[in-house]
Amino acid sequence: MSGGDGARGAAVSGDDALYARLKAFEGRPAATGGRGKDPVNAAMIRHWCEAMGDTHPAYRGPDAVAPPTMLQAWTMGGLSGHTDRSPAYDELSALLDGAGCTAVVATDCEQEYLRPLRPGDEITFDAVIESVSPRKTTKLGSGYFVTTRMDVRVDGELAGAHRFRILKYVPGKGSSGPGGPAPEADPAPRKGTPEPVAAPRDAPARPRPVINRDNAGFWAGVAEHRLLIQRCTGCGRLRMPWLPGCARCGAPEWDTVEAGGGGTVHSYVVMHHPPFPAFDPPYAVALIALEEGVRLVAGVTGVPPDAVRVGMPVRLEFQQVRDGKGAWELPVFRAEPGAARAPREEG
Amino acid sequence: MSDAAPGRPPAPGDALPPLRIPITRTLIVSGAVASRDYQDVHHDAEAARAKGSPDIFMNILTTNGLVGRYLTDHFGPGTVLRKVAIRLGAPNHPGDTMELTGTVTEADGAAVQVRVVGANGLGHHVTGTVTLTVPVTGGSAAP
Repeated sequence: MSGGDGARGAAVSGDDALYARLKAFEGRPAATGGRGKDPVNAAMIRHWCEAMGDTHPAYRGPDAVAPPTMLQAWTMGGLSGHTDRSPAYDELSALLDGAGCTAVVATDCEQEYLRPLRPGDEITFDAVIESVSPRKTTKLGSGYFVTTRMDVRVDGELAGAHRFRILKYVPGKGSSGPGGPAPEADPAPRKGTPEPVAAPRDAPARPRPVINRDNAGFWAGVAEHRLLIQRCTGCGRLRMPWLPGCARCGAPEWDTVEAGGGGTVHSYVVMHHPPFPAFDPPYAVALIALEEGVRLVAGVTGVPPDAVRVGMPVRLEFQQVRDGKGAWELPVFRAEPGAARAPREEG
Repeated sequence: MSDAAPGRPPAPGDALPPLRIPITRTLIVSGAVASRDYQDVHHDAEAARAKGSPDIFMNILTTNGLVGRYLTDHFGPGTVLRKVAIRLGAPNHPGDTMELTGTVTEADGAAVQVRVVGANGLGHHVTGTVTLTVPVTGGSAAP
């Protein structure tokens, strides 16, 4: 976060502090020396196949194997609960519960099956907390994604690997629409954010950002006063705006880096016409070149629109915008002191 | 979908015939219980609503099982699942129908990779990739 933005609200700082604590759990065990509560057995296999409508002959008869997709079922705690979870995992869960993220939903499951499981096999498992996401806002509510990776063994031999991602979230804010973890705008306006945009006197509401699955992480970052740049984990290329895949290498996997906040005006326009009711022309809209090497379109503040210049150094800040339905944050760029010496004549 | 004709080895681009699965309360609950998942959102509608969902919804283990079944149903006895990687989106609520579709993305002899999508009335419930070994047809004396 840019140092110039010292006036962040307490709620925001609290969230960041929580994320730092959550992130410290990465790499710690989620389960050690876990044992399946039941050996692999024909009854559970049959119950599974009945529920799924699965009639595959390999899962029946004297030489039956378990459906590979049952892998996780053999590790489940059931009604009596998990007894194998590590203190670290319990602590992580408790931290999330304490932050109000008491609800849980699974979002991803990646399994690899190395050898079949057969009735009589006694499974053991170990799991590690692979990653914890920054706070994300979803259809169900706001929370954190926790990814674990588990190795399942029989007689010490690796039988399967299981990567699992859950969302731990604050319940009760869900919409009745598509209720999955598809992201949407944070419904909770941040408190204590400086400098709300003067809602132009009963003017029509500003258009809200269109938030979708591909850019939700960007806006979740903005809501926390963090400008996040997508980074391809395939080739390392940074990209802005957010996209589902890398334009250079095509990889769909990515993580983020937080922009330091410094940049320069790469190009700009000054809007005079056509007037839009929610805005008050003239105003400058700039293409900002961030120090990290990517560009984004944003408003420029701190100088009159006709003093904006190409090459002008600017620094990131966040503005709160309010309308009748709530408030949200926008990244804007303030001209660095002394950058806008003067108007047109000098240009 | 006649692309994926039996008797011919799978090839990239082959579309699998869709499988339509009615999402009943019974399926959701029996799948949750068969997978030993007693999270209340998979059997208790009141609890699901309290957590922001309009009704109970299918658990990921059941989705995983259905995706596996879709492929072994199609490729037949002798098919072995090697990897299943799925991501959930729109939830499967009671009363909806999920249509599973699949497209072969890679095929190298018996090793096949299929891209799977399960769509319901709300959108994509599941997207994923399955890697499997399919039976090599014994009598196929392909020239």
